[in-house]
Order: sequence, then structure tokens, then C-alpha cells
Amino acid sequence: MSENNEPKRPADPDPDKIRATQTPAGETEPLEDDAEFVTSLDTAGGAMRPSAVPVSAQSGTLPGEERPDSVLRQIFTGNGIVTILAVLLALILGGLLIASTDKVVAATSTYFFARPADFFAAVWSAATSSYVALFQGAVFNPRANAVSGQFAPLMETLTIATPLITAGLGVALAFRAGLFNIGAQGQIIMSGILAAWVGFALHLPVGLHLLLVLVAGVIGGAVWGGLVGVLKARTGAHEVIVTIMFNYIALYFLRYLLDTDLFQRPGETTPISPILDPSALYPQIFGSQYRLHLGFLLAIAATLFVSWLLNRSTIGFEFRAVGANPKAALTAGINVPRATILVMTMAGGLAGLAGVAQVAGTEKVLTDGVAATYGFDAITVALLGRSTPWGTFAAGILFGAFRAGAVQMQIQTGTPIDIVLVVQSLIVLFIAAPPLVRAIFGLNPRKKKAAPAGKSPKAATTGGAA
Amino acid sequence: MSTTATAPVPGGPQGKPEKAKEPAQGMSAKPVTWKLPVTLAVLAVVAFIFFGLLGPQSTAKFGVSSGGDFFQLPAIEVPAFLSGIVLSLVLLGLAGYALVLKVKQNRRPPRWLPVVFTVVFVVAFLIWVVGGARTPSISLAGLIAGSVTLAVPIVFGSLSGVLCERAGVVNIAIEGQLLGGAFTAAIVASVTDNPYLGLLAAAVAGALVSMVLAVFSIKYVVNQIIVGVVLNVLVSGLTGFLFSTVMQANKEMFNSPGRLPIIEIPVLSSIPVLGPILFKQSVVGYLMYVAVIVVWIGLFKTKWGLRVRSVGEHPQAADTLGIKVNATRFWNVTLGGAVAGIGGSFFTLVAIDSFTKEISGGRGFIALAAMILGRWNPIGAFFAALLFGFADNLQSIVTIIGTPVPSQFMAMLPYLVTVFAVAGLVGRSRGPAASGIPYVKG
Repeated sequence: MSENNEPKRPADPDPDKIRATQTPAGETEPLEDDAEFVTSLDTAGGAMRPSAVPVSAQSGTLPGEERPDSVLRQIFTGNGIVTILAVLLALILGGLLIASTDKVVAATSTYFFARPADFFAAVWSAATSSYVALFQGAVFNPRANAVSGQFAPLMETLTIATPLITAGLGVALAFRAGLFNIGAQGQIIMSGILAAWVGFALHLPVGLHLLLVLVAGVIGGAVWGGLVGVLKARTGAHEVIVTIMFNYIALYFLRYLLDTDLFQRPGETTPISPILDPSALYPQIFGSQYRLHLGFLLAIAATLFVSWLLNRSTIGFEFRAVGANPKAALTAGINVPRATILVMTMAGGLAGLAGVAQVAGTEKVLTDGVAATYGFDAITVALLGRSTPWGTFAAGILFGAFRAGAVQMQIQTGTPIDIVLVVQSLIVLFIAAPPLVRAIFGLNPRKKKAAPAGKSPKAATTGGAA
Repeated sequence: MSTTATAPVPGGPQGKPEKAKEPAQGMSAKPVTWKLPVTLAVLAVVAFIFFGLLGPQSTAKFGVSSGGDFFQLPAIEVPAFLSGIVLSLVLLGLAGYALVLKVKQNRRPPRWLPVVFTVVFVVAFLIWVVGGARTPSISLAGLIAGSVTLAVPIVFGSLSGVLCERAGVVNIAIEGQLLGGAFTAAIVASVTDNPYLGLLAAAVAGALVSMVLAVFSIKYVVNQIIVGVVLNVLVSGLTGFLFSTVMQANKEMFNSPGRLPIIEIPVLSSIPVLGPILFKQSVVGYLMYVAVIVVWIGLFKTKWGLRVRSVGEHPQAADTLGIKVNATRFWNVTLGGAVAGIGGSFFTLVAIDSFTKEISGGRGFIALAAMILGRWNPIGAFFAALLFGFADNLQSIVTIIGTPVPSQFMAMLPYLVTVFAVAGLVGRSRGPAASGIPYVKG
């Protein structure tokens, strides 16, 4: 019905909201938005202006972001600053949380009014000692004996970052096509199942074996993701629900398999598979003292690939077009169902790489914890990376560092690992709401005073709306 | 959340070029698809082969009464093979009727048909499972009572989902609300030594989690699904952190909430089968029935409900009529959080009397599924949640009595059913039109 079309139009830029969550806010408070909005409107301007409803002005940010100078511009026009401030804010809140449960802090708070300095010193030391331990566990440990030991944390960070990056890329790629891929978890599991089976059940020559493990894993993830794409394209089923359900189905399927003779290690009663053949494992990059394996290089390659795919290839253009506005893409002759299926297949394949990294690189066996929480962390990674390939890469390494460091932190200071989840989710929440971060740091008034940046978007939006 | 028919939202993927009928789908049953009849037919054939032809030759025994009942009913003994054949023939008949309707009159099967089909299918399945078990005997009363108990948090969660989505906000954070409610209930009940205060605190905690969702999705127009997903992680991290630091350090003080008493209504509670379900519950259990009815009446029989639904279906129109769209959404989401929080208290005040990490164990997502399966209707969601509770309970019973079906597949069942439902294979589930879409005035 025609009346239905009216309210639905604002819904179209689902994908936009992911990335440009501040743009709709910019509509209500046009002054707050920064220069990026202007440029995007300018690029969308000219020919597009006559037909441009405010919403299509939003999707106009898409091409703008892809321009080569966009990274620099983002850093200088607020997005970069918001990201840094969001991380900072999340760390501060996390620190306060750590301090609030610290025993020394509790002790000093009893005589707070007598000697407040003690209290603040205790707060500071509780938070910083945890974060220092986190840093030492994640990047560089000066107390280790040899140089190799000092850099061991960094290697651990990269190892943990590997599945985060590839699964995050899968989520990010789907985001760009306007799809919420909550299903990285299930895709990792399905990939792990296939890859592990090829790894321990077949006995093949070196090289060929690993290749087959890799292919099997990627196919496992791709099929599981592609199935979601098919359901979405053919029946219109919402991918969020389907992927959540698929996660559980995959998990129970894995648990079932680990209960069968086919997968369970002979003589074991616990659900664990045989160890993969040595020929099926990723070689370790810097020798056997680090766990870092070939999967990390593949993650870099995957990032390059996704970057090329999104920015340079026709398919990638179609993905972005579908993500920006499926109806417009359909009108432009893009086969939207095909793009949906394809992007989910690719997303699944990328998550599949993470599954392979787990079974053939880090864990070397299949258990029901093969995906740990990587699939869910991948969502936050993609969001933090603003769904760009290299952003996702960087975010993957940051969260990998959190995870690796948290283990050390728990050992040294007793701060539970869960703090990482808190900090991670706070970061994403803050990044998703730039006006909030700016308000907290008092950046909004200054934005208003910066007249040239402030005025023109207002003019532009009103112009567009009128 | 939009499933099938909000599809115009992601319009393209669904708007397959060859199906130009899309606009008409918005309203109601214009195009009759083959999906439902065909799905029913396939399921009926599967039932005929497995439950019928390959069915066990034993006799399945269902105990109906429990010891303390008002009057005793004899246990029902069913020849598994024969009843499998008969029931699957009924299924075939139902599916055939749906097919005939489609072919002859191009009509949609009546609404009772899928429901009856589901019930018969479940019964046939149950007889098949029990008949094939090592000890083909099961207490039906216990099975149903256990199902209801397990369904309690799911019902509350799905009511939260209904309240939010009817107002146009997707609530993926049900899991977080349940978990937040469970944690707060445990800690407040422990500190105050009063489980009822814990119950109250759980509602407040759920509402707080919901308020974050509301503020971020309504004021800052952040995508609702993102906020929901992230909130789940946040609550999981926060409760996990506080559990490890505060609760573990002093269990006596912070993690011994004590249980809410089971209140038995005299006489009525000894009615076989129904008694324990309806009249032998904790406060949370009774609240569940009240909540389902109140939410249903509220949404469909009051002025408030009409406004809420209009905000969820067509916010512009609602705004034009002077309804404050975003305020309505905010308070509805908050209310939904409070409801889910009460459901969360079930874990720590009724089921077991302490909190552990991730105690909600994905029930929030099942609740989401129940809401969809129940078609965004409180009563429907209630029965869908019961079905999931039933599957959950059957899974644990099946592992005890030992059946041919691996328990993992039983556990998988709710999720599979949901996928089928969302894909429109089992009837069409259509969410509020504006669900998930932020409303920006102007």
C-alpha cells in the first residue's frame, strides 16, 4: 500500500545507521554534525538534489567515506576523535568499576573525609595496576628475561586477534550490504567442524592436507552463512533472528557430533575430538615459542581482499548499493536477492577462516568451545571498525590485546576477565552515539562556534527537506 | 523485529522481481502461497514414516496423577505403533485438506489448522519418543508442570519483547534484562534477607537496562539491534565481573537470596495435571499468568494499547493525532524491561537460590523466538514459550529415560521451529510495521 511506503522509507538506510549513526541525530540537531556531512551532501548534490529526500542525503555519505582521503578526514573531523574519546571514556568507566570493588579502596573510603588523598590514591592505583597488567599481558612485558619473552604478549595478542579480525570482516561485510550478521558464532562452529574432521580423519601429504582443511572450513562457514542469505532472499526472514537461531543449531549440532564415534576421541568420555594431524596445522610464523600462526597472515590477506572487494570490485559496489538502499539498487538493475545470498556466503566464508584459525592454528582440536565468544566479539569488532576493512583489522587487534592482556591481568591483580566485556561494549555504545561522547567531553558548544562547519549543514538539510 | 512482512523494509531482498504482489502482502491474505500446505504435507509424511511405519512396537505409559492429588486417574497406556499410525494419518488428512483448499479454492487453510496440526504432531512425537525409550513410561503431569516452570522466564522475556516491539523498538536485549534481573534479585534479596524486595529490585534492574536501550535507540537514534546486542554483552560482563569480585568474596552476604515460597492454593492445587500448573506456583509463577492477561488486555482492549500499537505500526499517523511517539516508546521499553527483570528473578529466587555467571543461558533469545512464533501477541507468545519450555523439559527427561533421539536434537528443536516460522513456512508471522525504525520528527 502506498501509505506503507511513507513510513518505511526512513527504514531503508539500515546499513547507514550502523556507520553513520550520527547522521540521523544530525537531522534533529543539525548544528552538531561535522564537516563530513557537508562533504557528503556536496557529493550527493548537483544531479541528485532534485529527487533527494533527506534520507537519500544520508546514504550519500557512502561514496564519501570510500574516498581515499576519507581516513585522514575522518581523523580530523571528529570521527577519529570520537573513537579515541570513546575508548578513553570506556577505559575510565572500567577503571572506576575495578576501583569500586577493590579492597584497599573500600578500606580508605571509610576514612574518606579524614584523608581523602588516600582514597583517591587507592582508586588510582587499583585502576592503573590493572591496566598496567593488561598492557604487559597484551603488548610488552619488560619483566621477562629475554627479548623473545618480552614480545611474547604481543604475539599472543596477534594470535587472539586472528579469528576476531576474520570473523569481524565477515560481520562488517554483511553490515555494508545492510545485513546484520549475528551468526558469526555459528559460522565459526560449522567451519570448525568440517575443518577439524578433514584435519584428523583424513591423512594426506603436507601442503595438500592444510589446503583441504582450509577449503573445508571456509566452505563450512560459507554454506552456513549462505543459507541465511537464501532464507533472507527467498522468504524475507529477518537475518537477525535466523542467525541467532543458527548459532544455537550449530552449537547443538557440534555437541551432538562430539558425542558420536565419528568425532569423539577414542577412549575419551569428555566431548573432545582427536588432535589434528601435524600436516593439517598452520605453520607457526616465528617458530614454536609463539602460538602465532599462518592464520594471521591469512587474516591480513583477507583484509586486503575485503578492502579490494568493497572499494574496487563490481560485486562490492553492488553490496554497498544494496546496503545503502535496496529499492534503489533494485531499480538500478542490481539483482538484490543474489547480492544478499552472495554477501552472506562471503561473510560466512570469512567467519569460516576464523574457525580454521581456531582448529588448525590455536586449539589444534575441536571442542564445543571452539568458537569461544569470537563470533559475538566479532560484532563489536566490526562496529568499532565502523565496518571498514582496515578499521575492523585495527579493532580486531585492539580487542585481541584486551583479551590477551586480561588473562595476565586476572593472574596478577585478580581483576576478572569480564571487565574486558564491559570495556568492549562500552566502547561500542559510545562510538555508536557520538553526540553523547561530545556532550560528556563538552565538545558540543565548540562545534557550534565553529561557524563554517556548523552553518552549512543546517542550510543543506533544510534545503534538502524543503 | 520485522520478519517476513516487514520485508518491505529491507524491501529489495524480499521484493523478488517475479513477485510483484509485494504491496498487497502488507494487508492480509491476498496471495495464497504453497508454503504452508507443502510444509504440512512434508511434516505429515515424515510423521507417517517415522512415528507410524517405523514406530516402536511397545506400549507407552503416561502417568497422569501424582501422589497427593485430589482424586487419582489411571495412567494412560497407549500402544505406540497403532497410535503412531492413527495420528500420522490424521496429520496426513489435515495436510491434504490444506492442499485441497489451495488447489480447489485457492484459499488459505483456516487458522485452527496449523494449531491442531502442531498439537497432534507433538502428541505423536511424544508417544514415539516415550515408546522408543528404554523405560517407556513417563509422568505426564510432571512433564507438563516442568514445562510450565521452565517456560516462566521465557514468557516474561517474550512479554517484554511484545511490549517493546508493539511500540516500534526491537528488543534484542531481553537476554541482558533477564540476566540483570537475576543478578539484582540475588544480591538485593541476600542483603535485605527478603526475596520480595529482590523481586522488586529485579524489575527495577530490568527497567534500567531497558532505559539504556531506550535512550540510545530513541534519543541518540543508534540502531536498535546494535544497542541490543551490545547491551547483552555489557550486562553479561558487568554481572560476571561483580559476581567474581563481590559475590564470590562473600557468598553469605551477597549470594544467598533464599527462595520465594511456593504458594499452594488449597483444594484447587490437588486437581490432577492442572492443579500444579495453575495453583501451585511461586509468586513469580502467578505473576506470569497475571502479566500475560494484563498485557493482552492492555494492548488490545484499552486506549493505551491502541496508542502503543499505532506508534508501532505507523508513527507518523500517531504523531499527527497528537500521540507522543518517542515518549510512548520510551516508557513502553522501560515497562518491557521491568517485566523481563521479574522474569530474570525466577532464576535466582525460584529455580535455584544463588546467582552464577550467564545464569539466563540464552533464554532471552528463546523468548525472542517465542514472541515471533506467538506473532507479537501476549497469548500467542505465552503458548509458544510453553512449547519451548516443553521441548526444554522433554530434553532433560529424554536423557533420563533413554530414547533413540539424541538430546541435542531435542534442544535444537525450538530454534529449528523458529527458523521455519520466520521463513514463513509455518504460517506468516508479521511484526509491527515500524518496529526497528527510529522515529525522527519532521
